[in-house]
Amino acid sequence: MNLPEIKELTRVRVLGLLREPEAVFWVFAFPIILAAVLGFAFRSAGVKPSTIGLIEPASQMLTQALESDEQIDLETYPSWDEGFKQLRKGAVDGLIMEGGEADDPPRLAYDEARAEATTARLRVQRALTLAKSPGTDAPIDLEPVTETGSRYIDFLFPGLIGMNLMGTGMWGVGFAIADIRRKKFLRRLLVTPMRKSSFLLSFINSRLVFLFLELILLTSFGVWVLGIPFRGGLIAYLLICLLGAMLFSGLGILVASRARTIEGVSGIMNLVMMPMWLASGVFFSYERFPDWLHPILQLLPLTAVNDALRAVMLDGESLATQIPELIVMGVWAILCFVVALKIFRWE
Amino acid sequence: MTTAQATPQAPSPAPATDLAVSARGLVKRYADTVAVDGIDLDVRRATCVGVLGPNGAGKTTTIEMLEGLKNPDAGEITVLGRTWNGDRRDIQERIGVQLQEAEFQDKLKVFEVLRLFRSFFQNGADIDQIMETIGLTEKRGAYVKDLSGGQRQRLSVGCALLNNPEILFLDEPTTGLDPQARRRLWEVVEDFKAKGGTILLTTHYMEEAERLADEIFILDRGKVIAQGSPESLKATLGAESVVQFTFGDGNALSEQDLSAFEGVQSVRREGASMVLTVVRTQEVIAQLFDAARTQNLLLDDLRTHRPTLEDVFVSMTGKTLRDE
Repeated sequence: MNLPEIKELTRVRVLGLLREPEAVFWVFAFPIILAAVLGFAFRSAGVKPSTIGLIEPASQMLTQALESDEQIDLETYPSWDEGFKQLRKGAVDGLIMEGGEADDPPRLAYDEARAEATTARLRVQRALTLAKSPGTDAPIDLEPVTETGSRYIDFLFPGLIGMNLMGTGMWGVGFAIADIRRKKFLRRLLVTPMRKSSFLLSFINSRLVFLFLELILLTSFGVWVLGIPFRGGLIAYLLICLLGAMLFSGLGILVASRARTIEGVSGIMNLVMMPMWLASGVFFSYERFPDWLHPILQLLPLTAVNDALRAVMLDGESLATQIPELIVMGVWAILCFVVALKIFRWE
Repeated sequence: MTTAQATPQAPSPAPATDLAVSARGLVKRYADTVAVDGIDLDVRRATCVGVLGPNGAGKTTTIEMLEGLKNPDAGEITVLGRTWNGDRRDIQERIGVQLQEAEFQDKLKVFEVLRLFRSFFQNGADIDQIMETIGLTEKRGAYVKDLSGGQRQRLSVGCALLNNPEILFLDEPTTGLDPQARRRLWEVVEDFKAKGGTILLTTHYMEEAERLADEIFILDRGKVIAQGSPESLKATLGAESVVQFTFGDGNALSEQDLSAFEGVQSVRREGASMVLTVVRTQEVIAQLFDAARTQNLLLDDLRTHRPTLEDVFVSMTGKTLRDE
C-alpha cells in the first residue's frame, strides 16, 4: 500500500468530477429530480378524503355510517384478501369489515406508520361514533398492520437509492476509465512505479467521497419532502450504502476493464444494468417473477442492496438480519475488484 | 529470449557498467508487420542518444520497449544494469519517461498534476523546484487545458523529472511545437544533461538530433541503418557541402547532366529543387554558372550548406525524414 499515492489519485479523481458541471448534475440533481417526479406522482398527500376499503357483505348501518362521512371515500371489495392487496399498495388507507359474530365490533386494518392511515382511522371512528350514539365511543377492533411499501413511493424510494448507487457507481467509474484510456493517460501512469491497485482503488474512494454528500441530499429529500418512513438505524443504512457503492464501483471497474472505447463501455454497462433495473425490485417487487427465480434474483447485487435498504428503512430491521444480503454484496465487491485487477487492459 | 551467452537464472547484480541502457536483438511484430526488426542499441551514461527516423520507422516501438511499456517478441533489454522482468519497480523509480500523445486530465492544475506524479515515487524533487526548471512557476494554478502546446509538453517533461531520474526517455518531445517552444524545451533537456543525466530521445527533426544528441541511431523500417556521432555520420557522406537550387522558367538540366559535373557526388530532386552533394563546392558552382550562361538557364534560390543529417538520411534511404 502506498497511501500518498492513493490519496493523490483519489484527489485527482474527485477534482476531475467536481470540475465537470455535467457530472455533478448527474450525480446529485438527477436522482433527486427522478425521486421528486415519481414521489409527487405517487404521493397521497394533503387533506384529501381517506379512502376506506369495505369488505362485502357489510351491514346497512356500517355502510351508511361510512358513506355519510364526506371525508371518507368508500371502495368495496368482495374479500379481505382482495382488499388487503389494495391496502398494501396504498390504494386504500384503511380496510374495514364486519366482526365475525353478530355482536363483534367491526375490524379495521391500517398501516400505523402512515399519517394518512392514522387520519383514516380517526375518521372511521368518528363516523361510527356519530352513527351509533353520540357521546360514547363506538367499539371498533383496531388492527394495525405494518406493511412495507404501503405507498408506492415508500416501496420505490429505497429502490431509487439502490439504483442510484448502481448508476453513479458504474457510469462514473466506467466513463472515467474509458476517458483515461482514450487520452493514453493510463500508459503514462504505467511507466511510473504507481501500483495498479492504487489506481483502481482511487475510483472506489472518489466514489465514496461523493456518496456521502449524495446520500445526505437524497435521503433528507426522501424523508422530509416525500415523507418516506425511516424506521431503521442510520448506521445500518449508511453501511449498506457504503458497501453498495463499493460493490458498484467495483462492478464499474470490471465492466470497463477490457473495453477500449466509451461506446464499448456504454454497451456493456447497459447490458449489465438493464436486467437489474427490471429484476432487482427497483420499480416493482421481484416477487412478481416466478418463485423458482427468486433465489437467483436475490444473488444479483442490486437485489441484495435493495432488499437490505428496504428492510432497514421500511421495516426497521437491524443489520444482523441482513447478513445474507451483506454477504452477497461483499462477495460481489471483492470478486469484481480482484477480477478487474487481473483482467484489466492496461495497454 | 534470444541471447548468445545467456545465463538465464543468474541474479542480476547490477554490474558497474557505464551503459545506462543496453538492448540486443530487439524484435517487435504487430499482426502482419514487423515494427522493429533486430535492433541493438546502447546508451552510455551521461550522454544523449538520438533515435532518428521517419514516421513508421519503429522509433516509438523501440523506445517503448526500452521503457518497459511494451514487451519485445525477442531480444534482451537492460536498463541501469537491471531487467524489466526482474526489477520493474526499481527501474521505474530511477527513470523518467515522457510519452508521445499522452494527455493529462483537462481540468487539473499544473501543480496538481505534478503533485500526483510526485506521489508515485519514493524519492524525488520538490514540485516547486520542477516548476522552476520547466518554466511553469507562473502557471502553477492554471488548468492543463489552458496551457499552450509547448507548456503542456514542458509539463509532461516535468512529470518525467520529478523523481530526479538517472535516465530521461523522450519520445518526439517537440513534435508539433513552434520553433520558440521547441527551443524552450531543448533548454530543459540540456539542463538535465548538464547535470549528468542520460537521455534517450526519438525525433524526426534533424536539428533536434544535431543539437541534443551525442550519438545518433538512424532507423528505417525497423532496422538501424546507421549509427555514430552527428559529425561521423555526416563524414560518411564524404561530401564537403550540399548545393541546392531550382531552375526558373525555361531550360533545365537533367539529373544526368548534373551528375556529369566534376566534383558532384550525387544528385537528387526534392520537390522542385535539385540537391547536389559535392566535394568541391566552388568548382561545382563555377560549372553551374557556366552552364547557365551558355545554355540560357535561370538559377533560382541557389544555396549551399554543410551536409546535415537529413542529407545523410536521404542518401542512405532515398527518402526524406519528414513526409509531410
